[in-house]
Amino acid sequence: MRFIDEFRNAELAKVVIERIHRRSKRHIRLMEFCGGHTVTILKHGIRQLLPPTVEMLSGPGCPVCVTANADLDKAIALAREPGVIITTFGDMLKVPGSYSSLQKVRADGAAVKVVYSTLDALQIAKENPEKAVVFIGIGFETTAPTIAASILQAEEEGIKNYYVLSMHKLCPPVIKALLDSGEVKLDGLICPGHVSAIIGSHPWEFAARDYGIGCVVSGFEPLDVLQSVEMLVEQLEKGEPKVEIAYRRGVRPEGNLRAQELMNAVFELSPANWRGIGVVPESGLRLRKEYQRFDAELSFDIDPGPPLEPKGCLCGDVLRGVKTPIDCKLFGGACTPEHPVGPCMVSSEGSCASYYHYGTL
Amino acid sequence: MCLAIPALVKSIEGQEAGVELGGMSRKISILLTPEVKVGDYVLLHTGYAINVIDEEDAMETLELLAEMAVLEDEIEE
Repeated sequence: MRFIDEFRNAELAKVVIERIHRRSKRHIRLMEFCGGHTVTILKHGIRQLLPPTVEMLSGPGCPVCVTANADLDKAIALAREPGVIITTFGDMLKVPGSYSSLQKVRADGAAVKVVYSTLDALQIAKENPEKAVVFIGIGFETTAPTIAASILQAEEEGIKNYYVLSMHKLCPPVIKALLDSGEVKLDGLICPGHVSAIIGSHPWEFAARDYGIGCVVSGFEPLDVLQSVEMLVEQLEKGEPKVEIAYRRGVRPEGNLRAQELMNAVFELSPANWRGIGVVPESGLRLRKEYQRFDAELSFDIDPGPPLEPKGCLCGDVLRGVKTPIDCKLFGGACTPEHPVGPCMVSSEGSCASYYHYGTL
Repeated sequence: MCLAIPALVKSIEGQEAGVELGGMSRKISILLTPEVKVGDYVLLHTGYAINVIDEEDAMETLELLAEMAVLEDEIEE
């Protein structure tokens, strides 16, 4: 496919890798924020191809993984409400909450439908006017504008039985929280490409300016990631950390202004509860007052019960980058993609699932 | 989750576009990319175009990497 195959060119990749080997002198720690990048890195064996001076860490960039059990339990409780149809991205289905999962309650008779897009959820709402159709709104800045668009469309078309459970999260504030915690020492950040397609590269400036961390916005093909690593090595060898875009075909410095406008029209900043990290101020999105009638949490009286954490699961530590999946005693034994204990093993871009599928070397 | 893939825009009708991706056709929303034209490639995420791909930038990135590769060869020789 165009714009994919060209960025998988092995010959070019070899040259970039050689250059990284020659240029890299000091030891650096880079975090790839996004689970999509983790998949590219592990699938193509990029870690093994880099010099020992370049250490790569996986970050919390997997929306399914960072959804706290307290929030997951709300989605599961909503699914149990009579007259409710849950619509959700497929990734959420198998994620175990404190007591159950959407998949389990579906097996018990709850109406849970997997959709590819909020457009499908709206269609289901139109076709089932006597039911309440709730969309499980997870995702980062990439996805939030599409949820905002669906709410605006529901309003315009007078669709009154459509609701969103908003658990959206924002990436720059959680990176700031990780850096402030002091738990993880980083020199550079591979910034998420499709989040940045929406927000642009400016929101990463704080990391370079206030924390001295190099930031490069990367695409998702192996050549994209290698180019980003090379740019970070170059910045850090020169001692000049800054924000750069490697993924120029998909990301403009100012981002997608139209998408930002829609997102800001529908949502406002709120605290958000991140698995393993806790509540981070202004790192989430809730519906603005004008759109609260679409808010599933405010529209239904649910009691999900107190959240419980799975015993022995290190998902939270893995998301903060302080542990790797292989540090977890459950990994590959009690916890597999078929029988996941924590969400990092469920989502296709969860670190544990990536390590499981593509090896752990 | 934040996966977005390149899709070629074949037709536009209001806020909807017909796109081709990997040999398949489908309808998508272009509400977030009002500037899109037929013949553009867009980044498609959950049924919405989230950006128009800049072909010139894509080519420049590849050319830059390839040029550097040629330079490397010359240095090595």
